[in-house]
Amino acid sequence: MPRYYTEEHEWIDVDGDVATVGITDFAQGQLGDIVFVEVPDTGAELSQGGDAAVVESVKAASDVYAPVDGTVTEGNSQLEEDPALVNSDPEGEGWFFRLALSDKSQLDRLMDAAAYKAFCDAL
Amino acid sequence: MTETEQLDEDVAIEAATEVLPLDAWHRGKGGRMVEFAGYWMPIQYEGIMAEHLWVRENAGLFDVSHMGQLALSGDKVAEALETLVPGDISALKPGRMRYSLLLDEDGGILDDLMITNEGDQYGIVVNGAVKWEDIGHLRENLPDDITLNHNEDYGLLALQGPKAVTALARLVPEAAGLVFMQATRATWNGHGITISRSGYTGEDGFEISLPNEALTDFADALCAMDEVKPIGLGARDSLRLEAGLPLYGHDLDPTIDPVEGDLAFAVSKRRREEGGFPGAARILGHLADGSPRKRVGLLVDGKMPVREGAKLFDGNTEIGVVTSGGFAPSVGAPIAMGYVPRDHAEPGTALAAEVRGKRVACTVAAMPFVPHNYVRKTGA
Repeated sequence: MPRYYTEEHEWIDVDGDVATVGITDFAQGQLGDIVFVEVPDTGAELSQGGDAAVVESVKAASDVYAPVDGTVTEGNSQLEEDPALVNSDPEGEGWFFRLALSDKSQLDRLMDAAAYKAFCDAL
Repeated sequence: MTETEQLDEDVAIEAATEVLPLDAWHRGKGGRMVEFAGYWMPIQYEGIMAEHLWVRENAGLFDVSHMGQLALSGDKVAEALETLVPGDISALKPGRMRYSLLLDEDGGILDDLMITNEGDQYGIVVNGAVKWEDIGHLRENLPDDITLNHNEDYGLLALQGPKAVTALARLVPEAAGLVFMQATRATWNGHGITISRSGYTGEDGFEISLPNEALTDFADALCAMDEVKPIGLGARDSLRLEAGLPLYGHDLDPTIDPVEGDLAFAVSKRRREEGGFPGAARILGHLADGSPRKRVGLLVDGKMPVREGAKLFDGNTEIGVVTSGGFAPSVGAPIAMGYVPRDHAEPGTALAAEVRGKRVACTVAAMPFVPHNYVRKTGA
């Protein structure tokens, strides 16, 4: 299953036409203790670069943008009870939402793991 | 160089973020530096939640050297100060300190500050973000024969938490002899320092003023102890929020007077009787009849933080605004403070806050959210 990354520090796992989206370990480290996550409603239409979710640390609220266009099929309801999953397992159990991709060609412009690592190292 | 170029350069210099004496020390301890009040300061080291909880159980060292440390000397300093603040400064005995408010002519709060009678002078600690304005205001309004010194060659550390006294007394034995809001001069490693039993976390603790060249060694000596960890601005903010303490520039500003700010205690009894402080008519009127609006605490339902700027509603009517808010680690829930009309200020009043277009239920709550642990008697 290919994994892509964005410059906004999101990861996207693609399985057929469905993508799972979360924020990277780098992002959670920058945010610090996560106390609240607002995931999009099922059925919400997201467009690349638009608001998709909100993640709140003790200190501040941050927007999470849609990495690609798509329709939300599921938000991670576990984050409601346990937002700290984003800290403890950001690239696994701490996923944010799943969406049905509407334009798979958008994935071509995202980074792979090596490119993302280089991107973070340069920050 | 033309005049314009000189002006541009001055503006650039003024805008540049300054570096505090402990900058390298913070970075060496893993501090994540952010710009605050014109300085690079550590927002956190290991994480705000862990640091916050550490202070409530142990002792945390905060660098607050961005704050302005002023000293007033000359004749009748207390009387002169009383023309600018509503506290009974004349009654302040040597070695005692008091929280007070710098007021504009309408009684609006220009800053909140600590005033200490140091015997030969009055020490004043003001907020970093407005210290230059404060200095200007004091210079303009105090008699010329009073000398104002800005001690930029001194840093200020706060050691806060239930184990602060144990830790500090190892370095400065005089610490154990102070109670809340007392101060004394002392010596450490040949450096003249001033310590006071005070702070802004709601916990027992101390503030220590010492020469810049002694800061690194002193901070190292404290952090070498098992009880002490360095703590960043993030936890300082969540600790003071839980303690119900307002943050200037957020919960207090020149549109707010002491009664509205729920700081009526800072208007001393004698001053209420005699008046003679800026905005006395408005403030005494508000003391007698209640102010139209008041700063209150808010307990927030659920987990979504309600932050500064969120509008407050009673039904569909917008009635107020949140001025500080966030997740409270010791409470385990989001809390906030804000301004509401007098008839909505009773604890238990049900309100709603608007966050990203959604309504969040909240309830007016008595402050502090976490009890204060000030030490008012030694050996207690």
